[in-house]
Amino acid sequence: MRLLKSQIEQKTGAGWATLLPEEPEDMWHAYNLIQENDRIRAKAVRRVSKTSDAGSTSSQRITLDLTIAVTSTDFDIGSGQLHVSGRVAVENEHVKLGQHHTLDLELNRKFTLEKADGWDSVALEMLKEACDNDKRAELWAVVLGEGTANICMITEHQTILRQRIEMSVPRKRKGGVDGHSKGMDRFFSTTLSTLLRQIDLPNTSTTQQGKMLPLLLASPGFVASAFLAFIRAEATRTTNKPLLALIPSIIIAHSSSAHIHSLNEILSSPAITTKLSDTKYARETALMDKFLTLMRQDDGRAWYGPREVERAVDKGAVGRGGGVLLINNALFRAQNIAERRRWVKLVDRVREAEGGEVRVLSSLHESGKRLEGLGSIAAILTYPLEDLDEEQEGDDVHGGEGENGEMII
Amino acid sequence: MPPGGFSRTRNVDYDDDDAYDDEDDYSEEGEGGDGMTEHDKEQMRVGTTRVRQGLGELSEFTSDAQIQEALWHYYYDVDKSVVYLKNKLGTTEPKQEAPKKEKATSRFDQAASVADQKAPTTTGKQTHPQSSWLEESAYRVAYLSPPPISMPTNEAIGDFFWDVPWGNVPLHRLGVITLDTPRYRGGLLGGSSKLAALAAKRRKDREEAEAAATKANSEANAAVAMLDKLTVKSKEPTSNLRGGDTERPSRARYPGRRRSRSRSPPPEAIDEAILKPAVQQPAIVCELPAQRAKASMFASTLCGGSSTAARRPFPTLEVFPAPYTIYKEYDSAKAFASPSPDDIKKRVQGEKLAQSVEKLAVADEPKVKSKNLNVVQEFEKSGLKRMANFVVVGHVDHGKSTLMGRLLYDLKVIDQRSIDKLRKEAENIGKSSFALAWVMDETSEERSRGVTVDIATNYFETDKTRFTILDAPGHKDFIPNMISGASQADFPVLVIDASTNSFESGLKGQTKEHILIARSMGMQHIIVAVNKMDTVSWSKARFDDITKRMTAFLTEASFLEKRITFIPLAGLTGENVVKKIESSAAHWYTGETLLEALERVELPKRNLQKALRLSVADVFRGDMRSPLSISGRIDSGTVQVGDTILALPANETATIKAIEVQDAPVDWAVAGQIPTLHLTDIDPIHLRQGDMVCAPNAPVKLVKAFTSKLLAFEHVLPMPVEVFRSTLNSPGGIRTLSARLNKFTGEIVKKKPRIVKPGEVARVVVQLERELPIEEGMRVVLRERGRTVGAGLMENVA
Repeated sequence: MRLLKSQIEQKTGAGWATLLPEEPEDMWHAYNLIQENDRIRAKAVRRVSKTSDAGSTSSQRITLDLTIAVTSTDFDIGSGQLHVSGRVAVENEHVKLGQHHTLDLELNRKFTLEKADGWDSVALEMLKEACDNDKRAELWAVVLGEGTANICMITEHQTILRQRIEMSVPRKRKGGVDGHSKGMDRFFSTTLSTLLRQIDLPNTSTTQQGKMLPLLLASPGFVASAFLAFIRAEATRTTNKPLLALIPSIIIAHSSSAHIHSLNEILSSPAITTKLSDTKYARETALMDKFLTLMRQDDGRAWYGPREVERAVDKGAVGRGGGVLLINNALFRAQNIAERRRWVKLVDRVREAEGGEVRVLSSLHESGKRLEGLGSIAAILTYPLEDLDEEQEGDDVHGGEGENGEMII
Repeated sequence: MPPGGFSRTRNVDYDDDDAYDDEDDYSEEGEGGDGMTEHDKEQMRVGTTRVRQGLGELSEFTSDAQIQEALWHYYYDVDKSVVYLKNKLGTTEPKQEAPKKEKATSRFDQAASVADQKAPTTTGKQTHPQSSWLEESAYRVAYLSPPPISMPTNEAIGDFFWDVPWGNVPLHRLGVITLDTPRYRGGLLGGSSKLAALAAKRRKDREEAEAAATKANSEANAAVAMLDKLTVKSKEPTSNLRGGDTERPSRARYPGRRRSRSRSPPPEAIDEAILKPAVQQPAIVCELPAQRAKASMFASTLCGGSSTAARRPFPTLEVFPAPYTIYKEYDSAKAFASPSPDDIKKRVQGEKLAQSVEKLAVADEPKVKSKNLNVVQEFEKSGLKRMANFVVVGHVDHGKSTLMGRLLYDLKVIDQRSIDKLRKEAENIGKSSFALAWVMDETSEERSRGVTVDIATNYFETDKTRFTILDAPGHKDFIPNMISGASQADFPVLVIDASTNSFESGLKGQTKEHILIARSMGMQHIIVAVNKMDTVSWSKARFDDITKRMTAFLTEASFLEKRITFIPLAGLTGENVVKKIESSAAHWYTGETLLEALERVELPKRNLQKALRLSVADVFRGDMRSPLSISGRIDSGTVQVGDTILALPANETATIKAIEVQDAPVDWAVAGQIPTLHLTDIDPIHLRQGDMVCAPNAPVKLVKAFTSKLLAFEHVLPMPVEVFRSTLNSPGGIRTLSARLNKFTGEIVKKKPRIVKPGEVARVVVQLERELPIEEGMRVVLRERGRTVGAGLMENVA
């Protein structure tokens, strides 16, 4: 994303910014930036009907600059399209005030965003991050097992599941393993062709200019290495030069399952992190792991859930010297302004008043999804705190120790 | 055999052959039509004289033209021509009748003739040729735009083309002699399809029958019939002489028939017609070879690739004169007075055919008939042996597969030859100790890596019990496979490596996890096979140590001590597996062998009366007859052949075509068995491993989220997990921790716990990625990051 112009007052945060999205990922940033009630001005195509004096109507499509007050946003992850609907906020000769319009934000088409209640720290941070162009780590990952494969694209801020392949591969049977090996071959060739369609390998002539993204193959057992062997054989057989060129950048990793959420463990494993450049994803994942380890130790230094974390912040436990606030960016997308303000205040407080660290996790990454499961917010405390959840548990039932017998489960 | 698909293909083949033959004939004859060289003429002259000599007294009935024609066709083979002419003149020797009678009629012919005889005989033979003849004329008339040009005879062809340069025939002349391939097929030496021959034969049969019955309706009819017979007879030897082509004896009937029709000659004229085929026929038939020759090699050699014929390989049919319009019979012929041959054929065969097709359809459709057995009664009546399925679990490399290989080998399920073969193969890659394991590990991956990857199923039988072995993989990556195997078993056989360090590492690893999974599947009994005792020289101390520690562990996992059996054994050498150990080092052990222990295990009660529940373990293509088969354990209920089942979550029904239990076909299967069901009426895409098969009237509900009592093996937080239900493996997550429960009473200890620690029991809400069939009382295993975090019991839909 390119910041073309901006006029934001330091003190109040009032002002606007003109942005030019350049990559599909920028749409994701825009989606995070645009709030309800914000004003957005962009080029739009609108059908305008005119009634002549004689009473006949004629309608025509005209391109015009429209300013709307946002009522809702709609983001399609797969295609990276963002639709912003709202009501016209600035009248012109074709469109009246208050008419509805849905803007389709497009790549390389600038738009101007004006925040309804000023640019807060989180929004400014997001804006900064969105316009930061140098760190762009991307990779393709295929998480596969026997008969299932998930092809995904991992970018700085998103994990996009591009294609999921599910085939039924016959299992080994007594006396004949033909069905199994044939099934696996079929599965591999489907996966490879799908993968190639997704990756869109650069042509040999343009190999130099097109960057080669690393490809990560992960599976339990030997499926990933069998798939690599298949790719190698297939590339040699068909003398597919782009594919042959891709082979050196393939990384094999071990995962415990063929499901996409095992990407978490793959990307946090040291074997992979050394091979990959420092991605945001890897950092987020490592942080989540640290939190979960503390959680397991159960010494009161890790808490999750909105109320518990807020209490911990109140007690000043998320501060200097190791206090970390983990927050899912989904919370900042809250439709409710008050809700958003609550989290922005919390973040500001931790960051400025307490001096703790704040990490905003992308809800499109697996680590963010994990955090979502924990209530979208968690904290690592500087000192142990017990019973942050005490109050609500007024009616604790303490069942007596049962006599030795069969377990209920 | 009615004309089914098979015979149809056969006929097509014959037609192809014929088409080929025809072309040969064309080129042969075509050359003849082009004009004779001096040499030819000389040969012809000599030949004619010789033939006349050969014919003897008959020669006076024969014209020169006929002789020459015959010679031409037989390439100046005097003998053949003589025979041919003799035959033509009706002096056929009796022996020449013989081959026709001997000709083996195909089943098709038999069926066809039967059909013919039974068919109404309203259609005289005459109508056939007439209508077919007229049909052709009609066809030609339809295309007739230029005025008809008088047809040149064979001899006239030269004159006709006198002003035409080679290879540059003007278009209109080409048109005149446009060929009509099908019409030529009945030529003297031309091929005719088998089908045509059959049709002719059939017609003849019918006509004979008719003649016998009605003694000839009219004189004309009789005459034609006679003519027909005559023609057939006369053709017979020709084809015989042509090289034993007995397959199509009567193919030459078409020309004869045509002639007779076109002329409707009086009996005296018939002879004439037959005797001079070449003279009378050329207008219709013989001009074709000439045209054909233009397109043939001769022309192309002369004119190269640029010849007209080469440029237009298929002359257009637009300018198409009807040659026989010049005959006056054409006008008098009543074109559509009688039904077309197609109509007649249809009428004759139609009903018959329709009937037979119907019958065929009935035979083809594998309508599965249910025997409507009362399977529970049948099962009780049958007095089947006890059926037990056990899963072999344990840490990787503790010798599970080898132990099972040994068990099967000692029970003679695997013969010596196979073992020797495996041993040799194993030695070839330097892993001779793996030979027995390879009985179970069959895929190349498993063999090259020496690790079991997927469940291997095998069967054996003792006097009392029929066993199914489910050999589970020990490696931690393949626990999903192990779970699907364990879900099909009644009890586990835990294999433990007795050698130092192995036991200890296993206890930390999959020995523990497998025990927990087996227990959470609800298994009560366990046999612990302390393997590789030979490596610790059958030390009692070691065995006791292992027994003590394992008992402690197993009771902690809530196996009752009385339901645990320990056996010291050695899988590789086979002591205490089937045979008792004889070594003096193990004199301290007097207990039972593995086999005895297996037979002693109490089996859980089977739920025969409940609704059918089967969890699909494998979907595969059996063979040609059963393109879709599934296998899996019946958890409750019964199935029989012909039953309709419902596959969930696809919600599609299928019909059971056949059932196999332990590779033997049966009519029904009951809970506790692991049958293979061959299905029809369902698309394979609707079936996946892990699907639930149930009775359509008692389906399992599809749920997206459910509450479950959970016994935690690891720390449990709200987190993404893999949910295993029997053979099903699906991504999902723990949404909320509702309460921590008392382990034994089930009372709530703490609401909304922050975390559930290992060993605690909690009530949790499990969210699934998509709707899956899970119902109350089903057991689930939750795993995360390659570790089993807990085992649950489904309580209700959340």
